Amino acid sequence: MTGPLYLDANASEPLRPEARRAVIETLDTVGNPSSVHAVGRAARRILEEARERVAAALGVAPATVFFTAGATEANAIALAGAAREGRRLLVSAIEHDSVLRASPRIEPVPVTGEGIIDLAALEAALAANSRPALIAVMAANNETGVIQPLAEVAAICARFGALLHVDAAQVPGRLPLGGLAGHGIGSLVLSAHKAGGPKGAGALVLPGGWWPGPLVGGGGQERGLRGGTEPLPAIAGFAAALAAAEAWRAAGGAERLARLREEIESGLSERVPQALIVASASSRLPNTVAIALPAVAAATQVMALDLAGVCVSAGSACSSGKVAESHVLRAMGLGPLAASTIRVSLPWDAPDDAPPRFLAAYAATAGRLAARAVEPVPA
Amino acid sequence: MHGPVAPPRRLYLDHHATTPCDARVVAAMLPWFAEHFGNPHSAEHAMGREAEAAVEEARAEVAALIGAEPREIVFTSGATEANNLAIKGAARFARAQGSPRMRIVTVATEHKCVLESVRDLAAEGFEPVILPVGPDGLIDPEAFAAAVDERTLLVSVMAANNEIGVVHDLAALVPIAKRAGALVHTDAAQAAGKVPLAVEALGVDLVSLSAHKMYGPKGVGALYVRRRPRVRLAPLFSGGGQERGLRSGTLPAPLIVGFGEAARIARAEMVEEAERLAALRERLWSRLAAAIPGLRLNGHPSRRLAGNLNLTFPAARAADLIARCPELCLSTGSACSSAEIEPSYVLRAIGLSAEEAGRTLRIGLGRSTSPADIDHAAAALIAAHEACAAAA
Repeated sequence: MTGPLYLDANASEPLRPEARRAVIETLDTVGNPSSVHAVGRAARRILEEARERVAAALGVAPATVFFTAGATEANAIALAGAAREGRRLLVSAIEHDSVLRASPRIEPVPVTGEGIIDLAALEAALAANSRPALIAVMAANNETGVIQPLAEVAAICARFGALLHVDAAQVPGRLPLGGLAGHGIGSLVLSAHKAGGPKGAGALVLPGGWWPGPLVGGGGQERGLRGGTEPLPAIAGFAAALAAAEAWRAAGGAERLARLREEIESGLSERVPQALIVASASSRLPNTVAIALPAVAAATQVMALDLAGVCVSAGSACSSGKVAESHVLRAMGLGPLAASTIRVSLPWDAPDDAPPRFLAAYAATAGRLAARAVEPVPA
Repeated sequence: MHGPVAPPRRLYLDHHATTPCDARVVAAMLPWFAEHFGNPHSAEHAMGREAEAAVEEARAEVAALIGAEPREIVFTSGATEANNLAIKGAARFARAQGSPRMRIVTVATEHKCVLESVRDLAAEGFEPVILPVGPDGLIDPEAFAAAVDERTLLVSVMAANNEIGVVHDLAALVPIAKRAGALVHTDAAQAAGKVPLAVEALGVDLVSLSAHKMYGPKGVGALYVRRRPRVRLAPLFSGGGQERGLRSGTLPAPLIVGFGEAARIARAEMVEEAERLAALRERLWSRLAAAIPGLRLNGHPSRRLAGNLNLTFPAARAADLIARCPELCLSTGSACSSAEIEPSYVLRAIGLSAEEAGRTLRIGLGRSTSPADIDHAAAALIAAHEACAAAA
């Protein structure tokens, strides 16, 4: 009997061995990186080496990398800082909740039916009001995998003098990290556990010198941007994961995932023709596919697949306990399909037989559920 | 990659800055860095539920350490975040509800993140009151009672101080604040797992905890939030709505498992360990005091953490002592500020001059400290002090 088939990488990637080694090595580190004695200095070296590795993976200066507890906190620091400066907060309607709910003053920017930020709407919103703005656009969406046109968004931001904030949590191991920070980005967010690192670390990268100011004050760590003793093992694991994810991707890892996903998508069109691939015409993360099964509630599909030993999700993990309709799919205008869509996201270590195993479970589930399909309750 | 962190002969006597992870804590965490990697919020599939169950087991252990209910524990990234959440969260929520109370009372010797949180609230229009402490580092209950009145929204008093180790008399102070109708927060980062804390008996509303100060991992802490009567907070940041909306962000399941194990061990071994450490501390103090006339102990002599000594040396600067004892890991003050040139504000608050503060060392004994370590440390410090005095 094999274990469950884990296809929920966008909620959390399995830990990469390089990250595990770094975490375990660092768990035995005694000191506090802020202590001045020898043990403290050794801890400080580990912290600064990790900062250098993260910076190197992104191609930015180490001094621009600030560690946080995760992507949620990093997003919150940037958005709160921009709000304090009196900036307008224009954010794509498909951002993660940590961006969308960062402030009551958020102004959502619509997306197209293919899940891409509506550039004309963004320009119009900027042109309508000359107050300084922060634009938040994620590099790639966590639910649909749709890659956002950062270069175009950056050009618009430059034209209007707006600050660009990019949540890149889903990028490592899927898309090149290198050029990410090169678009004139004001702030960039990464999460350790979405990169195959441990939970409990993330980073806010400020490549252009913008300073949002702290959200959590304290001992002056991270040069005053984020108080609190740095979680060394999580940070060391984060740095190792990021470096490993990038090397693995460049060595063909991402292409392999794309092949596995293609196998899933072509298998679906043969075996479950009523299933629809969300945003299939868009350029997407190689590991992600959102699948709509008309008139069958997403939660029902997920539970049935779980019983069959396949772990997928309906929307993002944070909200999935609540079984609310996905705000991402709603923003794309999917209508009732938004409540009938599951997300399949292949982890970096997905087995070769993931597509046939998933397809067998999904086809059986779809066949059984279609027999008693009812209209999902509108949200 | 980095090599081994410290040669084995290094003697770690800075357990207030951070503690090494207990081997049992590491063992408990390891499986969660391997096969169990699910997101604890992925409630719909088996691997997510497995992580969620482990988080809940840890939550029960952390709750048990302070006599709380599991659902009163909110996990955070550490005590700094917990302190920020407690203080800013309680004040902002109360104001949003139209509470007329605007005063926030705290103490001059609190951790920096408490003082900074109160300062941030002052900038938002709240009225800060920073109480002084006596030469023994303790709060005068009468001055406390005079400062806390019907205008007071929140009182924040640490359970034990991170530099001079004094344990505040919460049993006497909390009822004064409760009678005035104020909420009471205590930063228990240094006290938890070292001295018994019972939230019911104390009557506190909010308690901050840190895993890495009690032999757990860095990167996780908790805030106790009383449910009866219910204490309401505004979150510091929003997002996925984890921790009942009080603290968004994926929970670091492996770190939380380690925190739970650290809490379990502390609860089981606290009393015995405190006795052992107190005896070791007495041994160190009596040797040093006998050999160094004029050596002064800062902070109340008995109302203090068992592992803490804070000493002003008569004839040597702390930096010179540290330089002459490279094998001893000691500090001059709290880790956060120890790279700073300024003298410790805690030492200044108990009446030390800047010059005296410059002759002061903090020594923190802990679980790994042996009697032989104490003898070694005493001999090294005595020799270093003699050498400094002779060189002066």
